[in-house]
Amino acid sequence: MNVPTWMVEAQGVRKNYGDLEVLKGIDLQIPPGSVTCLLGPSGSGKSTFLRCINHLEKIDGGRLTVDGQWMGYRLLGNKAYELTPRQQAHQRADIGMVFQQFNLFPHLTVLENVALAPRIVHKIAREASEIRARELLARVGLHDKTGSYPRQLSGGQQQRAAIARALACKPKLMLFDEPTSALDPELVGEVLDVMRDLASGGMTMIVVTHEMTFAREVADTIVFMEDGRVVETGPPDQIFGSAHSERTRRFLTRVL
Amino acid sequence: MDVDTAERAKADAVGPQVHIINLRHRGRSVVAIVALLLVVALGYSLLANPNINWAAIGYYFTEESILRGALMTIQLTVLAMLVGLVLGLIFAIMRMSENPVLNGIANAYIWFFRGTPQLVQLIFWFNLAFLFPRIGIGSYTVDTNTVMTPFVAALIGLSLNEGAYMAEIVRAGILGVDPGQRQAATAMGMTPTQIMLRITLPQAMRLIIPPTGNQAIAMLKVTSLVSVISARELLTSAQIIYAKNFLIIELLIVASFWYLIITTVATVGQHYLEKWFNPESGRNGRGRSAKRSRLTQISRGLKKSTAPTGKA
Ligand SMILES: Nc1ncnc2c1ncn2[C@@H]1O[C@H](COP(=O)(O)OP(=O)(O)OP(=O)(O)O)[C@@H](O)[C@H]1O
Ligand SMILES: [Mg+2]
Repeated sequence: MNVPTWMVEAQGVRKNYGDLEVLKGIDLQIPPGSVTCLLGPSGSGKSTFLRCINHLEKIDGGRLTVDGQWMGYRLLGNKAYELTPRQQAHQRADIGMVFQQFNLFPHLTVLENVALAPRIVHKIAREASEIRARELLARVGLHDKTGSYPRQLSGGQQQRAAIARALACKPKLMLFDEPTSALDPELVGEVLDVMRDLASGGMTMIVVTHEMTFAREVADTIVFMEDGRVVETGPPDQIFGSAHSERTRRFLTRVL
Repeated sequence: MDVDTAERAKADAVGPQVHIINLRHRGRSVVAIVALLLVVALGYSLLANPNINWAAIGYYFTEESILRGALMTIQLTVLAMLVGLVLGLIFAIMRMSENPVLNGIANAYIWFFRGTPQLVQLIFWFNLAFLFPRIGIGSYTVDTNTVMTPFVAALIGLSLNEGAYMAEIVRAGILGVDPGQRQAATAMGMTPTQIMLRITLPQAMRLIIPPTGNQAIAMLKVTSLVSVISARELLTSAQIIYAKNFLIIELLIVASFWYLIITTVATVGQHYLEKWFNPESGRNGRGRSAKRSRLTQISRGLKKSTAPTGKA
């Protein structure tokens, strides 16, 4: 059959909020198993683009496919039919997402947070889902926190739990939106370690981050965005060493 | 607990050789004694009042029609609150829906039932027969007056009104849940219904319960309005008795006692309901152990934060 070459393929993706054009035609191709870091100044549209990938936001132009599927639409002949909310949910189920503010469910224990989606989205039996949740929590170093509630955890622990939760549905793609920006500096390392581990395991990852050391060390590709456009794309050595674009260089000297 | 530890720490810092004398709040004691005397005087003037027939109060407290009235008050309150809660949920969700028709209907419902006097609504339902002598579906109809008993009219009138208020309470509760919660659940592939039932509503409940408790207690007393359509709830039953024997104050005291008892029970119930929906003091035994672990965490945290200062 035809195996898609790209895990994510964006062609001329546009997004408006009212009169404000936030994404002005994004072209990007992300191969399976790669780590892509999205850099750019505040307001450049990084979060918006990430949310378009799993169709949390509907795009206003262009096309966006994940693993060969149009997000939010079904293609029949030369027509794209919009999916129902249920079908959209189904499409999102194997894309994991990690948020700046963790967004763990405060009314559930850490174990229930991780086991919930496999049970109610993927219809896995409670016992099996909890066994897997314990494995994942052990993997992110939280085997002794399964019965705690999110607010009893430190920020770093919460974010690791959120990563475990995103991994519970065996995603083919993981999206990270500034996963360490809300953390105290001494807690950043433990979260980056988990992500590094994930990257070396071959997970396809798109990471919006301001952690330049991490980006340089882990990313296969750096994408620099500004003002709703991709300004420059390339391997870390090239971007950090000799960026073509003046704007990229200016941004990097400011943050490094 | 934090304050205690802090105070002890302060005392330790001053050292054991200094004797600490706490401030005596003399003014506070004087005010307390005066207030207590006033309360005792008021109580005495009631208890020793020759115009109050305490024996009658004792008798009517458990008199049959009073008990039946109290029962009907409880039934009306519980049923109207339950129906009101369900209506509130439905109309709150309709009001937040993107469908303009559902939205409009919900707005109109809330506007109408909050905007007209409850008394008018009760009388209207009781007199529905003037508008529709027979009601039913298709060829199956019944005489409106046989269906619209005082109890049914009271229940409909109270529930529809309550639903309008509950809709706003539920909506506020749902809006009070962090949008990030819905976003995370959506990203995990949950359907809108799953998100509402498993993520949004359980968290909204914590915001919904306290005002709902207020509503329930208000409802308990609003039920006395149904005397105008001759439903025999607590106050009406008392009125019927004192219309005959003129023990007006005595029967009002009897009714008030019952209202207070029911309110007290309801308040205790609300307390447990709030506990149920509060994670960390949870429902499945796991909550309690989690609470304990939080305490140990806090004390561990305290030890950790005091340790370096101890060294320094
Ligand atoms: N829901 C929304 N409604 C209206 N405008 C929005 C919305 N979300 C984002 N925007 C606007 O879109 C632009 C891009 O926002 P976005 O959050 O994608 O930027 P970002 O690159 O992630 O920035 P940051 O580094 O600060 O997170 C901003 O100007 C923002 O104000
Ligand atoms: Mg952002």
